[in-house]
Amino acid sequence: MDIDQVKKVAKLGRLDLTDAELGVMATQLSAILGYVDQLQELNTDNVEPMAHPLPVQNVFRADELRPSLPVGEVLKNAPSRLGDFFAVPAILDAADDASH
Amino acid sequence: MSSPYQIVVGLEVHVQLLTQSKLFCGCSTKFGASPNSQVCPVCLGMPGVLPVMNRKAFDLSLRAALALNLNIASFTKWDRKNYYYPDLPKNFQISQYDLPFSYEGFLEINAASDPKKEYKPKRIGIIRAHLEEDAGKNMHDESGKGGDSKVDLNRTGTPLLEIVSKPELSSPEEAKAYLDEIRLMLREIGVSDCEMQEGSLRCDANVNIHIQHEGELAATPLVEVKNLNSFGSVAKSIAYEAERQYAEFQKDPKNYRIGNFSKTTAGWNDAKGVTVVQRHKEEAADYRYFPEPDLVPVVVSKEEIEAARAAMGELPSQQRKRLQESPFSLSAYDAGVLSAKGRRMVSYYEEVAKEIGDGKQVMNRLSDLVMGTLNERKEEIDQFPITAPKFTDFMKATAKVNQQDRRDVFKHMLENQSDAATAMTALGIKSAADFDEGALRQAVKDAIAANPAALEDFKKGKTAAANRIKGHVMKTQKGAPNDVVQKLLDEELLKA
Repeated sequence: MDIDQVKKVAKLGRLDLTDAELGVMATQLSAILGYVDQLQELNTDNVEPMAHPLPVQNVFRADELRPSLPVGEVLKNAPSRLGDFFAVPAILDAADDASH
Repeated sequence: MSSPYQIVVGLEVHVQLLTQSKLFCGCSTKFGASPNSQVCPVCLGMPGVLPVMNRKAFDLSLRAALALNLNIASFTKWDRKNYYYPDLPKNFQISQYDLPFSYEGFLEINAASDPKKEYKPKRIGIIRAHLEEDAGKNMHDESGKGGDSKVDLNRTGTPLLEIVSKPELSSPEEAKAYLDEIRLMLREIGVSDCEMQEGSLRCDANVNIHIQHEGELAATPLVEVKNLNSFGSVAKSIAYEAERQYAEFQKDPKNYRIGNFSKTTAGWNDAKGVTVVQRHKEEAADYRYFPEPDLVPVVVSKEEIEAARAAMGELPSQQRKRLQESPFSLSAYDAGVLSAKGRRMVSYYEEVAKEIGDGKQVMNRLSDLVMGTLNERKEEIDQFPITAPKFTDFMKATAKVNQQDRRDVFKHMLENQSDAATAMTALGIKSAADFDEGALRQAVKDAIAANPAALEDFKKGKTAAANRIKGHVMKTQKGAPNDVVQKLLDEELLKA
């Protein structure tokens, strides 16, 4: 894994890494990927892809209301608030709000 | 065709499912609550919480998918779609990626160029529909001073059905017709209330155009238009975007092609009536989908599919077909108008039509009297004081009455909560059965005698003068059958 790939992954994960850290990560991530890559040696032609590790299906709950948290509790750990809203630094690209 | 290009549109529609509680927790989905009052550790994305799927949300999705003629996958699972945004506290959205619960269907729309005049069916392919959770709502500082944005997470985790159409819509009008049909159908089958103002229906449009250029078909780059807040703005933005792309193409026909650009996003500015294309992002969004480990897959049985189909009831498309057949025999256009008013209006119509027999005439009376009145009174048909049996009575009693008198009787019934017989007595309008032809003929003769000037004009060839004499007859013979009076008048004028 090269530095540019590490930079991209770091950006996606919103991690701010120094040049030194990027180097360390490139080495460590390469080692991890190399280790996991051993799986490629297995022949999986006749193996169904696994969607979930547990052999369990169809777990549902009824459509019933349960109490929500009091708004004081909701905002207790927020770094910043405005009235009963969470406050975040201004979002510049407001059109990004539309559905992803 | 006069346009130098063909518009190609695919729509992505998100509808909120009609559940009490959210998709993965018991918080309310009710619209309009005070900020952050409908959240809990699950929808706040606190560590260690476990989402559990809402059965009703899944059932409603299944119902909607069947109504959209989609195939139901026997095995389906959920995935995490990862991205950072303040309205998404978990930093991922639980959605469906490679194994959505439904795929390959279609919706029939009215593709007539003037849908107010005719009905021309067209099938629009649906690629897939899948079940996912909604994000929260951001509110931005509008002072221009760059103040903090505010986040309300009440909507977070609300169940959404995403319906993705094929790019088979060929005009702004078709896009609007598609949305009209989706809304009508999903409301009718109880899946969603589809209120765009409340965000329970949202729509993004993928637009490009095809142009015949130097003997080949050129396609412009795809633009996804967002921030559409009404069906009207969907149509307007498509028309605008097509023109804009055509202008771009004319500037650089060699390079402004679909293969040369990745899809861009544009926001619709409703006040200015323009799309604003956002700068190209350097890299395509990388959502790093992977299977959601906290939710187990769902396997759908044939019985469940049949139960969902039964809960669906009659679809507007089936209803339109039935209304065009005996005993109603409505035109495709009338069937469309009636069906668009919803199931309750259709049952009202059916109840009256079965008694009266003439389906077309009942439809005419309904459009002339009932539908407009409901609009004015902002009332639903099931609260309307003139019930179906009362309206049936009214139609029988006024069968031979002229239009103005009929409207007066209807108005009187409405204002006085009375029935047809009472209204007609009060207004001095006789019902058809109360007239005998001899008396009417005499009245016609009297009217001719009383209007020598009109008779003179008529004889000079001014046939319209006969209407003045007829008006005179109708004044004294309120409620007299129009066709009979006309016949007698024609006969007597020949003799006069």
